[in-house]
Amino acid sequence: MSVPIALLGLIEREPSHGYDLKRDYDAYFGRGKPLPFGQVYATLARLARDGKVVPGDAEPGAGPDRKRYAITESGRLEIADWLAEPVEPEPHLQTVLFVKVVLALMLGRSAERYLDTQRAAHLQRMRELTELKRSGGAVDALLADHGLFHLEADLRWIDLTCARLDALSEMVRA
Amino acid sequence: MTAPHPVVPDSEDCLIEARHALLSFGATPALQGASVRVGAGEILAVMGPSGSGKSTLLHCLAGILTPDSGEIHYSGRRVDTLREQERSALRRDHFGFVFQFGQLVPELTAEENVALPLLLGGARRGDALREARGWFGQLGLGGLEQRRSGELSGGQAQRVALARGLVARPQVLFADEPTGSLDSLTGEQVMELLVAAARQQGTTVVLVTHEARVAAYADREVIVRDGTVRSMSTHRVGS
Repeated sequence: MSVPIALLGLIEREPSHGYDLKRDYDAYFGRGKPLPFGQVYATLARLARDGKVVPGDAEPGAGPDRKRYAITESGRLEIADWLAEPVEPEPHLQTVLFVKVVLALMLGRSAERYLDTQRAAHLQRMRELTELKRSGGAVDALLADHGLFHLEADLRWIDLTCARLDALSEMVRA
Repeated sequence: MTAPHPVVPDSEDCLIEARHALLSFGATPALQGASVRVGAGEILAVMGPSGSGKSTLLHCLAGILTPDSGEIHYSGRRVDTLREQERSALRRDHFGFVFQFGQLVPELTAEENVALPLLLGGARRGDALREARGWFGQLGLGGLEQRRSGELSGGQAQRVALARGLVARPQVLFADEPTGSLDSLTGEQVMELLVAAARQQGTTVVLVTHEARVAAYADREVIVRDGTVRSMSTHRVGS
């Protein structure tokens, strides 16, 4: 999972301090693996260097960094491009798929369209593996089956998530 | 290991088409403006959750049901405005069917079941049975010709149903969850046979399934959700 893109997404939602970003990242995406503060600020510095975010003036208060970061037009475009692009279908994508859905809902973008696009990409890959099974030997079929069953598991998750989007949206945007 | 990316057929290339089909059962809407095109020789998978309207769409495309509004076209001909008798003749002469549970006639032998569409089309009994028997070898059913449906396994019965669906060399085969009652391996064998036979005959296939591994045998898939068709694309979406 890409930490920079997740932080950029959180900043698009609203201009934020590093502390807020770490708190929200850990709550939504950390899942038992909290983001070190050092990585938050290093990432913010790189995003600012690349023109994706701009820091505001330092605000009074305690703590190492009281700057509030806001997204730039270039940062917004990066998020839009990332959300529009299906991930290369391969097993064990759950984390990336999950982050794309949560961020899309959080930003009021169409998670359903993303999931439909991802479903099409998965099915295209499954067609290729099915063709490999039909044209190849027994070992090819064995390997293809392994991929097919994993992709099918992703697709079942995609279908279930589609059915739950309304409830998820309410929860994420509360 | 590459498969061509799916292409939605143009209006002039499509063999069968639903345009804005609406259909309700009492107060329950089943189709709410469903539109889909199926190209000649194409194998199209129709996917979607239970109750989404995918089987209803298949029944409308096959002329079994007529939509309350909207249009169904087959080979340049309007289907939904035909009288029941004309639609029945269209189904008999142009379409084949395979359903989830085979639905073989239990009183008939396997070969008589396969011969049914030919007999209904006016073929002589001897000719129809001879043609039917020709399918048993290629579907791995040799020796089962005289068995009745109760004496066949699920996979065997479904292959007999497949032979019945294809024996009259239909232009379109409508398959509604054809592997839904089978285990993975048997279902795979049925799909292999279905696709091979359809390709050999140039038969167009409309395949309703909720299983992605079954849909992966198709050239293209559409998703039915809340009675409408979402045409899938592997291209990126806008933000």
